[in-house]
Amino acid sequence: MYRVVEARPLADRVHALVIEAPHVARNAKAGQFLIIRKEPGGERIPLTVSAVDDDRVRVIFMTVGATTHQLAELQPGDTILDVAGPLGRPSEIPSGETCVVVGGGVGIASCPILARTLREAGNRVIGILGARTAELLILEDEMRTACDELYLATDDGTKGRHGFAADVLKEVIESVQVDSVWIIGPAIMMKVTSEVTRTAGIRTWVSLNPIMVDGTGMCGSCRVIVNGEVRFACVDGPEFDAHGVDFDHLMQRQRFYFEEERHALEHHHATRCGCSGEERHG
Amino acid sequence: MRLNTTTRPGAGVRERNGMAERPVEERIRDFEEVDTGMTPGEAMEEAARCLQCKKPACINGCPVGIDIPGFIAEIAEGRFSEARSRILEANLLPAICGRVCPQESQCEGACVLAGKERAINIGALERFAADNGVAELGEERPVSLAGRRIAVVGSGPAGLTAAAELARRGHKITLFESLHEPGGVLVYGIPEFRLPKAIVSTEIERVLALGVELRTNTLVGNAVPVDDLMTFDAVFVATGAGLPVFMGIPGEETNGVYSANEFLTRVNLMRADCFPEAGTPVKRGSRVVVTGAGNVAMDAARVARRLGARVILVYRRREEDFPARCAEVRHAREEGVEFVTCAAPVRIHGTPSVTGVECVRMEMCELDASGRPEPRAIEGSSFIIDADCVIQAIGTSPNPLLVRLLSGAATGRKGNLVVDEDGRTTVPWIYAGGDIATGAATVILAMGAGKRAASVIDSDLASRPEGEI
Repeated sequence: MYRVVEARPLADRVHALVIEAPHVARNAKAGQFLIIRKEPGGERIPLTVSAVDDDRVRVIFMTVGATTHQLAELQPGDTILDVAGPLGRPSEIPSGETCVVVGGGVGIASCPILARTLREAGNRVIGILGARTAELLILEDEMRTACDELYLATDDGTKGRHGFAADVLKEVIESVQVDSVWIIGPAIMMKVTSEVTRTAGIRTWVSLNPIMVDGTGMCGSCRVIVNGEVRFACVDGPEFDAHGVDFDHLMQRQRFYFEEERHALEHHHATRCGCSGEERHG
Repeated sequence: MRLNTTTRPGAGVRERNGMAERPVEERIRDFEEVDTGMTPGEAMEEAARCLQCKKPACINGCPVGIDIPGFIAEIAEGRFSEARSRILEANLLPAICGRVCPQESQCEGACVLAGKERAINIGALERFAADNGVAELGEERPVSLAGRRIAVVGSGPAGLTAAAELARRGHKITLFESLHEPGGVLVYGIPEFRLPKAIVSTEIERVLALGVELRTNTLVGNAVPVDDLMTFDAVFVATGAGLPVFMGIPGEETNGVYSANEFLTRVNLMRADCFPEAGTPVKRGSRVVVTGAGNVAMDAARVARRLGARVILVYRRREEDFPARCAEVRHAREEGVEFVTCAAPVRIHGTPSVTGVECVRMEMCELDASGRPEPRAIEGSSFIIDADCVIQAIGTSPNPLLVRLLSGAATGRKGNLVVDEDGRTTVPWIYAGGDIATGAATVILAMGAGKRAASVIDSDLASRPEGEI
């Protein structure tokens, strides 16, 4: 059992949980993830490590399906049955480079720990955060502290630049000699944004989030295609060379259980939270 | 769950020795056990057939060396608890072994009656004693003052056995498991109807009761750095052959293509058959193609049948070449699994989801190294089997996660850890056994390896002064 020490909403449908999990917190590095199973019979869901502090680890997630809705109901003092991690390979951290960390939507969650790690290794770090609207631009303060420079963008222009993170990234690489770029966000955002660095030939990493079960290389549910080869995101990743990733395949596989997820959410609303279940499945 | 067989459902089919099975139409609607075990009368009758050989060949056929004539004699006398005690001396997981061991190629294969009439049904008797006796372990050997700290990585059959044997010898054992439940393949791989999870958990409790400290959710290498692992006096690596092998044919990344590992894990460990009450979904499929014909393929096919699909199993050789146990093949056939033999999948059709599997006919040519005719594709013979789900059950390979972090450990061609006959790897104080050393094999061979390594670790440590690394 793992104790929840902090639980708070960060934005509409975006929640942060801080969990006491010493074996994860003491060993987790930027880029890695953990798997949570809330209760008996529960689903194992992978979440990126967002921050670590002593024996505590933070995760940030958006309520999408039944399991994330259940996690959003947790209060400080509640317990989570299983927390496994850290899983996956840590980010490959260079030194003495100029790096850009681009976060989109809930993908921003894993940016501060990465930016901080990059900076501690002697890199100059430029952060770019993009979201649909101002409220979803989470962790701005943490990123401001972690980065040498920070740029913001919103699709609707309610904060920062009116446009996409990709637009900002384009301007940054035109004005600064950039060595490495990390892009973390929804698959479609990573696909579009990584095109910006392809022609410039800048090494670019994306953190992939396919459907997983065990997270230890055992099931192959998370297989992704990178440079024409099948890789397991859980053990070979989750970070891969952005320019080799078959994003269309990733998105296709992410949608595989769409019907089941909708069914589970309806079931959750009908049996657990007592609401009408009319909330749209995201 | 039906464990005691004093009441027998329906008109069960009787096997050679009287082990009853639930009727097909009943059992394919649920996940409860197919074999219902022997009644006390049947067990005593079967036990009475044992010749009590002076030099019992059956024991040599048992990887963990159970005193087989000894426990059978107890059953023949109606002393079921004593029978169970006899088995527990050598094997802490008898209810599991009695169900999943391939006895026909081990103890029963060695039985002197095998050639003449019928081998004693040792498997069913072991299961009977395990299920019907009430004995637990007797007084354990006193905790050794020389007890050392030993890490066992992986809680499948090899790890559980090694942990138990080392704990019985007075060592302090930490048993690491990356999943949320201990048992390895016993919980994620073998379906409930062959090995009820309640039985697995009872047997594991027995191991833990010896003082073994279990740490679930702990992927060694990540959650426990290798440097920390090296602070133990010895390490037994039993991380299994968990890596699924895919065929490498076009279309394999289509939605609806599962590894058997994934399909079985979703149902066995995560209980996707109970979705949405259980949180993990699985595609039930209406027409499922299973590729491969080993025990895992039969398990996957039979699970898919229970989820309501029509199931077609495709194998490139003939039915007599199926690697699965005869009983598993028979059960699968009885339950309506269709076999397409001498055919090999070459492409999976459909976007974004599977619509069919293209296969070619194979002809059987001259014998290959395995002594079976080598299958060769017949040109222009391709045909398509309609399917909305494909399960690949063509094997697994050793789990590379920890292996690649153990610097200095020699590995074999398949990525297995190289060990000597006593389970020593090329790194001092690191031992290995089970599928991680042999590649995918059986539960009982893994248990045998765990038991042997435990005894070697114990004697190696005994000859090493305290504190010396």
